[in-house]
Amino acid sequence: MADMSEILVAEGLTKHFPIKGGFPVKRTVGAVQAVDGIDLAIRAGEAFGLVGESGCGKSTTGRLLTRLLEPTAGRIRYRGEDITHASRKELAPIRSEIQMIFQDPYSSLNPRQTVGKIVSGPMEINGIAPPGGREARVRELLETVGLNPEHYNRFPHEFSGGQRQRIGVARALALEPKLIVADEPVSALDVSIQAQVVNLLQKLQRELDIAFLFIAHDLAVVRHFSQRVAVMYLGRIVEVGDRDDIYRRPRHPYTHALLSAVPEAGEDGGTRVGAPPSVSWGSIRLAGDVPSPIDPPSGCRFRTRCWKARDVCAETVPPLVRADGSREGHLSACHFPEPPTVERDTEVVM
Amino acid sequence: MTAFLSVRDLHVRFDTEDGTVKAVDGLSFDVRKGETLGIVGESGSGKSVTNLAVLGLHDPRSTEIRGEILLDGQELTAAPESVLEKLRGNKMAMIFQDSLTALSPYYTVGRQISEPFRKHTGASKRDARLRAIEMLEKVGIPNAGLRVDDYPHQFSGGMRQRAMIAMALVCDPELLIADEPTTALDVTVQAQILDLLKDLQQQTGAAIVLITHDLGVVGHTVDEVLVMYAGRAVERGTVDEVLREPQHPYTWGLLGSMPRLTSDVTEPLTPIPGTPPSLLAPPPGCPFHPRCAFVSDVGGNRCRSERPELPATGRGSACHLTPNQKRTTFTERIKPRLG
Repeated sequence: MADMSEILVAEGLTKHFPIKGGFPVKRTVGAVQAVDGIDLAIRAGEAFGLVGESGCGKSTTGRLLTRLLEPTAGRIRYRGEDITHASRKELAPIRSEIQMIFQDPYSSLNPRQTVGKIVSGPMEINGIAPPGGREARVRELLETVGLNPEHYNRFPHEFSGGQRQRIGVARALALEPKLIVADEPVSALDVSIQAQVVNLLQKLQRELDIAFLFIAHDLAVVRHFSQRVAVMYLGRIVEVGDRDDIYRRPRHPYTHALLSAVPEAGEDGGTRVGAPPSVSWGSIRLAGDVPSPIDPPSGCRFRTRCWKARDVCAETVPPLVRADGSREGHLSACHFPEPPTVERDTEVVM
Repeated sequence: MTAFLSVRDLHVRFDTEDGTVKAVDGLSFDVRKGETLGIVGESGSGKSVTNLAVLGLHDPRSTEIRGEILLDGQELTAAPESVLEKLRGNKMAMIFQDSLTALSPYYTVGRQISEPFRKHTGASKRDARLRAIEMLEKVGIPNAGLRVDDYPHQFSGGMRQRAMIAMALVCDPELLIADEPTTALDVTVQAQILDLLKDLQQQTGAAIVLITHDLGVVGHTVDEVLVMYAGRAVERGTVDEVLREPQHPYTWGLLGSMPRLTSDVTEPLTPIPGTPPSLLAPPPGCPFHPRCAFVSDVGGNRCRSERPELPATGRGSACHLTPNQKRTTFTERIKPRLG
């Protein structure tokens, strides 16, 4: 029996984009293995972060889970119901419960529609008539996201980037969703505006009890927002666990490398209080780039950049399991996991 | 040591249909050889415009540039195009943010690296090609002898950025301007590129201006910091001074807006309210006052009517708070909130 608190579950989720080539008849000559067999479960009302570098498949994962893309293999269950290959019609009632917030606040809003029209769009499509009328509901939503309800009749170009992102948030909230997939919702915004939107999303997530899949490349933002975090590398999840498991007791070498690469203002001689020593800035330098997902390395996909790789890493794919010394629910996919580190209290250091 | 690049009271204005944009409004700074100056600010703060002005890359028909730009004692604002042409790519060079648009897709990487070298040194095609290979090796491209004939699309993002650095450094410039050189890159690659810039600077002793919005990048790569807001410098100091004891409310705001890997996740971030002002009609007095929480600490109407000035050199900030107020406000009210 599945855990009923898990509203969205993916098992072995895979997406391979075919590459066509040849003349005169085009044939499939290969595939971009964007997402390759990932397992993921999002619980009701939780903030789940998905972090990784560009090309690791995190956006594709978001689009698969919202069924904007058709999976190549694997299963997706929403509240116990298999929606892996559900038709448009079957998906309609579910789509209103799963909404998306996009990265680019410029291209994700129709420039020819007013804010009122954009935000009421989801209600129109689903034939929902809230008590008091759609316009009243839209004004209420605009207020919820910190916009002036008087701006109902304005067009997107009259707003700044941060305000536009708020319009996108209002639209996502219109149908009272249970899950919001937010794909890099703040990375196009300036630092000071970014913080405003992060705070808004966090407040909504907590007050309205909406589950969030927060997809981002910024490790600090993901840490701030998410209770649980998954780290992706080249189409696979390499580590997943509670926030502190990932950020203070990481077991996968890639997670260590990623954390060590983030430059931070106000560090003391490169050390980060509360983090394992290998996570201080510059302690690990990965050489080279991420390999191509068209022809990924055999076995562990990280092995070509990993300083611990041995023969077995090329032969066997490391399963995503609880390593010795990890806490319950903290899974990592590595043949030679980093030692479990002793937890220390976080001090505030400037 | 005297400054290699010295900018004094620089003003850059653009004429647009809607009026005159004061993109840079009275900016002064110095950069010495072997040192890195970080210019920090959000979009529209004038940081990129300043550096395009140094290189003389603005359209003279719609741009008005006033003030003084001295490169190794040579005045550049009034210099004719022929003089600037000899300097660009030779004595001063630039690294752009987006390597995909900054490199031409029609020419091989090698040809694009050797072109400025041939132009400025008159080297033969063969020598220039060897120089291009040498540069690619220097920036850490494996198989440089083969990759020199590749086109930019055959390179990954990190490699393209390396190729662009090779192109900028091919004539051993004494001033390197890097405009958000790592913003488009992943963190693991960003760390490689920042290391590379530092290594190359140690070898060549060039002066570097690093433009960025990321205070974390600044903390690890620069010697001095200039914080810009709405076309003006609001704070200046060494990297330690600015990050450990920032004086300007805008710098406090930037630090409070950034989540860190060690900050307290139970506390919400402390964003700067509102949005940056329009440069068509900047607010009177201090340009930051509409978003500033400390206007009442200054008292009276001072922030709204009188523009605070940043001292032309050395440590300082453009804010009406007294030095004592800045210190106590930061240690008592701001620092405890930062993780």
